[in-house]
Amino acid sequence: MKKWIAGAALALTALAGTANAESHGSYPERPIMLMVSYGAGGATDFQARIVTMTAGNDDALGMPIAIINKSGAGGRVGWNWFATQAEADGYTMGAYNIPHFIAQSIEGGVSYSADSFEPIANWGADPAVFVVAADSEFNSMSDVVEFASANPGGLTFSGAGLFVGHHIAALQLEKAAGVKLAYIPNNAGGAGAMRAVISGEVMGGVNNLSDAFRAQEAGTVKILGVFDLERNEFLPDVPTMMEQGYDIDNSSVNFRGVMVPKGTPQPIIDHLAATVPGMFENARVQRRMTAGGSPMHIMTRDEVLEMWAARQVTLEELLAGL
Amino acid sequence: MQFLYYLDDVFTITNFALLLLGTVGGLILGATPGLSPTMAVALLIPFTFKLEPQQGLILLGAAYTSTVAGGAVSAILLKIPGAPANIATTLDGHTMAQKGEGARALQLSFLASAVGGIFGVFLLIFLTPVLAKWALAFGPSHLFWMAILGVTVIGTLDSSSVVKGLLAGCIGLWLSTIGFDDIMGAQRFIFHDAVAGGINVIPALIGLFAIPQVIMMLTKGRTDQSAEVITVKKHPIGQAFREIIAKRTAVIIGTITGSIIGLIPGVGGQIAGLVAYDQSKKFSKESEKFGTGHSEGVIAAESANNAMVGPSLVPLLTLSIPGSPTAAVLLGGLLIHGIFPGPDLFINYPAVAWTFIDSMLIGQILMCIFGLYIAGLAASVARVPHSVMAGLVLGLAVFGSYSVQNSMGDVYVMAALGIGMYFLERFGFSAAPLVLGLILGPIAEANFIQGSMIANATVGMGTYFFSGWLNWLLILIVLASVSYSIWMEIAQRRYTAKEDIV
Repeated sequence: MKKWIAGAALALTALAGTANAESHGSYPERPIMLMVSYGAGGATDFQARIVTMTAGNDDALGMPIAIINKSGAGGRVGWNWFATQAEADGYTMGAYNIPHFIAQSIEGGVSYSADSFEPIANWGADPAVFVVAADSEFNSMSDVVEFASANPGGLTFSGAGLFVGHHIAALQLEKAAGVKLAYIPNNAGGAGAMRAVISGEVMGGVNNLSDAFRAQEAGTVKILGVFDLERNEFLPDVPTMMEQGYDIDNSSVNFRGVMVPKGTPQPIIDHLAATVPGMFENARVQRRMTAGGSPMHIMTRDEVLEMWAARQVTLEELLAGL
Repeated sequence: MQFLYYLDDVFTITNFALLLLGTVGGLILGATPGLSPTMAVALLIPFTFKLEPQQGLILLGAAYTSTVAGGAVSAILLKIPGAPANIATTLDGHTMAQKGEGARALQLSFLASAVGGIFGVFLLIFLTPVLAKWALAFGPSHLFWMAILGVTVIGTLDSSSVVKGLLAGCIGLWLSTIGFDDIMGAQRFIFHDAVAGGINVIPALIGLFAIPQVIMMLTKGRTDQSAEVITVKKHPIGQAFREIIAKRTAVIIGTITGSIIGLIPGVGGQIAGLVAYDQSKKFSKESEKFGTGHSEGVIAAESANNAMVGPSLVPLLTLSIPGSPTAAVLLGGLLIHGIFPGPDLFINYPAVAWTFIDSMLIGQILMCIFGLYIAGLAASVARVPHSVMAGLVLGLAVFGSYSVQNSMGDVYVMAALGIGMYFLERFGFSAAPLVLGLILGPIAEANFIQGSMIANATVGMGTYFFSGWLNWLLILIVLASVSYSIWMEIAQRRYTAKEDIV
């Protein structure tokens, strides 16, 4: 049905003359759809709704953005759809999560890779952190690594699944500290992984900085280290992994942003790339994001392209051993 | 007693108007097949952007309570459970509606919902700190045994024989493995893109329950219409009150089961109704009447699924961990207003937190009043001629399955499962155990894998799954449940097919 409508709309545009279509002078003429490959209410969905709420303003796109959730299989369902079925006409955008979709494409079994999409702009970066329960005997990463060296493969810690940022962080920690760990992927995502830490089912966990920050405020966990290049403004007292002597970069940081399918006309991509970062900088958006404890990190199209290419290399290397 | 102090905040004009809006809107959304409470709350969140935090939460709280109860309407009248929570309601509720007792079934379901719901919210108010510890007590091994307990229920649930019930359950368990697996990301049985994300429970529910109905109605199309007309019996509300009091065992079993199960993260809402139904069947003196339009079945199922609403929010409000999909959506609604749930939620934002809880309490009562009001009118649905009804239900089924994820794939899944179920029903299988298998499969599997990973890294499988009082308690209940089923099977020798299956 939707395809039929889209087809009819396409035919109408064709009838209206190709001159307009080439210049894209009046783009966008109707509301834009943003596909989110996670369920309503999740962190990606929640942030996507905030950062696009001012899309209808005259200084932004001038047209509202509607969110469509296509969730399932850790985001694979949505991105598969986006790579194979979404119309490349500029009216269908998608939200990306790095390193998730690149890691999944390296693992295989999906019909997309970094080449299937054209990034527009990045809105957020949520680093992974290492958490332990508030009553844990571990007080620093060296305590954790010491225990792991004494008990190879005996340190259980949770994360949101395989081939997501948390898993990448876990692999990096194993490699950098030279220890064997027992990573327990949780089927209920970050929230489930956090519950496992708080209830003591596992000894520690990798989790999102934003969720860990809330849990620490609630007094249920201690945060031992950040998997990023710099300390985070939400947690100025928590040292990075690098500071604690482990050679771990920001490969596991969960970058979120918007993209369009490959084949979208270049003028439309340019138009979006020029306007969307400004839309993210809107003061109302910033206020809501800070209130929700979601760290923002705005990047332009060129910066994102560079980041995607860098991730592709690191992740291929890291996942080669699996 | 702080909740009393903030009670008048609910009754300011704007807040009360929002509460009414949430309740009535929630009932309508809940009665629409495919719109589960989780979806209804998610749909409402953007509307709260413009509201004060307190007002936004009143709207969400009222909508959550009333969608759960609203699901009973379509379950009873159309045999389409609005959400997994309402599966058990269809078993006796729809049979009652077919007998012309739709009004009675709806009135009882709303009254039972209100009793269960109010009890659940009171648990949330008074026992939150105690309950939070209980919610954390369930690790992978316990959740695994919980799921196995659910599987043992399958056999006795609405089937002509235990064997057929278990077989239907196995089909459900197999269906649940389709798609990318949750933990490892391996692909299983994906022959078409439509099932890459697995079989979503809501379209499956709609297909399995509604489509066989539609086909059955169409096959009856050539028979004489006039013989089919059902007289809808009027049912005074006072009588419904008396019946609730008379059937108090069912209410008590439903409420307690619902509250306890609602607390368990990840399992709660989906199976509370079914477990309560099964328990009250086993404890009832008239257990043979269950499934034939017995009011205790409706009462137990509905009091359980509303009793779980309050406790299911305990882990969210105290530990900031969403225990159910709906709680996860509510967490988004809280964060968007800059409110971080946690132990100091009630200290930092007492006005918001208590008003939210109060709105759920008042919402339950309003929901009950509105529900009782519409019950008499809605019951006349049973008088709609079959030919018209078939078209209507089919339309709702397609709409409901499509709207879950805006995907035609779900509609295909719904249709395929529905047609398959029609033939299975002719052989005496029923849909409820199949759906239960579909729901329990992922819970059992994911927790077994997580548990075994933890066990292998630490104490070993045997110790991990077979130590601790909670594990043993659950194992004992499983054994008791199995032996009861075997005993029943031998005692009754229920080998004959059900009469209503042609």
